[in-house]
Amino acid sequence: MQKGDFSKEFLQKIAAAEPQWMREKRLEAYALYESLPMPHTTKDDVWRRTVDMRTQDYWRRTRRYLRGFAVENYHPSVPNGAVSSEDVDYSEAETAGGLVQVDGRCQHTSGSEILKEKGVYFADIHTALQEQPELLRTYFMNKAVTLETVLKSGNIAQRNKFDALHGAFWQGGYLLHVPKGARLEVPLHVYIKMSEAEQADLSHTLIIAEEGSQVVVLEDNLSTTPDASGLHSGAVEIFAGQNANVTYVQAQRWNRQIWNFASHRAMVARDAHLCWVTATFGGRLNKINQAVVLEGAGGNAKMLGIAFTDARQHLDVSTAQEHVSPHTSSDLLYRTVLKDRAQSAWGGNIYVYPAANHTDAYQKNDNLLLSERAHADTLPGLEIQAHEVRCTHGATAGKIDAEQIFYLMSRGLLYTEAEKLIVEGFFEPVMERIPLKSVREELSTSITRKLE
Amino acid sequence: MSKDLTIRDLHISVQGKPIIKGLNLSVQQGEIHALMGPNGSGKSTLAKGLMGHPLYEVDSGEVIFDGIDVLELEPNERAKLGLFLAFQYPTAIPGVSLANFLRLAVSAVRGKGANGSEKDGLIPMREFRRELREKMQQLGVDDSFARRYLNDGFSGGEMKRAEILQLAMLEPKIAILDETDSGLDIDAVRIVGESISQLIGPDLGVLIITHYPRLLDYIRPQFVHILLDGRVVESGGWELTQVLEAEGYDPIREKHGIAE
Repeated sequence: MQKGDFSKEFLQKIAAAEPQWMREKRLEAYALYESLPMPHTTKDDVWRRTVDMRTQDYWRRTRRYLRGFAVENYHPSVPNGAVSSEDVDYSEAETAGGLVQVDGRCQHTSGSEILKEKGVYFADIHTALQEQPELLRTYFMNKAVTLETVLKSGNIAQRNKFDALHGAFWQGGYLLHVPKGARLEVPLHVYIKMSEAEQADLSHTLIIAEEGSQVVVLEDNLSTTPDASGLHSGAVEIFAGQNANVTYVQAQRWNRQIWNFASHRAMVARDAHLCWVTATFGGRLNKINQAVVLEGAGGNAKMLGIAFTDARQHLDVSTAQEHVSPHTSSDLLYRTVLKDRAQSAWGGNIYVYPAANHTDAYQKNDNLLLSERAHADTLPGLEIQAHEVRCTHGATAGKIDAEQIFYLMSRGLLYTEAEKLIVEGFFEPVMERIPLKSVREELSTSITRKLE
Repeated sequence: MSKDLTIRDLHISVQGKPIIKGLNLSVQQGEIHALMGPNGSGKSTLAKGLMGHPLYEVDSGEVIFDGIDVLELEPNERAKLGLFLAFQYPTAIPGVSLANFLRLAVSAVRGKGANGSEKDGLIPMREFRRELREKMQQLGVDDSFARRYLNDGFSGGEMKRAEILQLAMLEPKIAILDETDSGLDIDAVRIVGESISQLIGPDLGVLIITHYPRLLDYIRPQFVHILLDGRVVESGGWELTQVLEAEGYDPIREKHGIAE
């Protein structure tokens, strides 16, 4: 396969056939990318401001794990080359449509009759740029994930080198547009795969659900080889329109040689519901920003996270629940299990802005450590500027309980069986809130595999 | 042939402190024994030590069950041999339903690859459900129990009934009941006592560990032992409970020269 690089020349090449505005957008991102230092080389660490910091340890650890990482070691794929055909492994029977992408290149899309009937647009993002330029011009890195994310509280600007990298060199991903009132009962399936070594995947997910619509998207990020190193610099943008009902599940199963950076941001309009599930199993280092912005009154977001890391995997997640309008609610529950020498850092913030009276926000992060050398930092935070709000948060981190193990073993279970049961039980409060049985089963399988 | 659990000159310490100091006891399948002693006499240490709790260090002595040296075995292997401990304070396992757990436990104790077992080594779901329903009805346990998370948010009485339900499902040869009556009101003791008495039979040997003889009104032991300072100091029949009831432990302490 031909290899690109993160140069301005290559940028011009991939943008050559694109509209002028997109080329300019890429160049703007490129300029920022060039100007921002790598996070671990600077004292003025912009990442540090993404959460309310009470311990320096959190970032020291992330920076330590970033050592040995160089963007230049990875290559974005070159467009218009030959692609191998790939098995399509979702069943047409239970899907409203599907998309398979390998190394940044879309290999297959399918849409059922239902999609056509309901006027749903679903295509890889390059095709969408030709067919739906106005939608992209309005939404693409304009309203949710942007080069400079300014929190509504006004004084905190986030500028992330990897968001800039993504903005400059994005390739792959998809646009899903669900028009007003269209309700899809059956999920769409997306597979984003990485196969070649030293590849960079810069996929972009853009989901726009218009007023009163309903959609379920199941997105799987996975490696097809166990040891091909790679870089993923991704972005997910979700727009849940007024009274829309959106379920988005992202299961991340990259291999343990992938450096994974991503910014995910969802905008929730008036009376809309978002159910957002993230499951993290892979990656060497994961640095994820995930935010939900409750823009319209009555909006509701459920954020569910499960993660299971092992070996020397490092998982660093910053979440934000931004309450802009009154009578909004958000409910975040993240549970992480760590094995071997895995490390995790979770920093979560609930922001309640002055207009957001009657906010009801909940935030909980729990960590279960299966070994002495695993380590979890957890930093919940609140920033409240409105009156009459109800905000609850909490965090725990603890080793597996020897009394639980003894109790289960005294009933005939092997240590490994007892451990598995305790881990499954630990994830259960998250699992039971995931509305799709197929997803629960898939995730259970991944959890079991981690325990083997 | 009935099997027996024989304890010879057993010494157990916890964090370096000797608690059980030369204990001898033998329980046969089909027999009911009561081991009575005041707080601090070593009752729970014996119970957990017999089941193989890692924090309870066996310093010397023997525990032989059916000719096998139990002390060499992991707790799960002891369970498979047919030993069962009903915990004084059962541990909650949040997120794990009683039914799911019990199916695993029953499958493990009965042995993988047993008749009718499925490929995953578990007893068939239908068979398990039927058996569980039967046992729950027999013990008067509510159906909703099966779906609840194991001991999570259970009341004291519910926990003890869940322990007895597990005993009924696992069908051990020797069951150790560690203070199964503690923390229960009179009605709960009656319910638990009657449940246990239903399970009594020639295939089950029971060692009831208690400091208070309430439970024994429902399960009449043939053998009664007094535990003081980590040793069995008196053994006898039902009459011993009457002596305790009337006089307490003090005369026995005095007789054996053991300080309170």
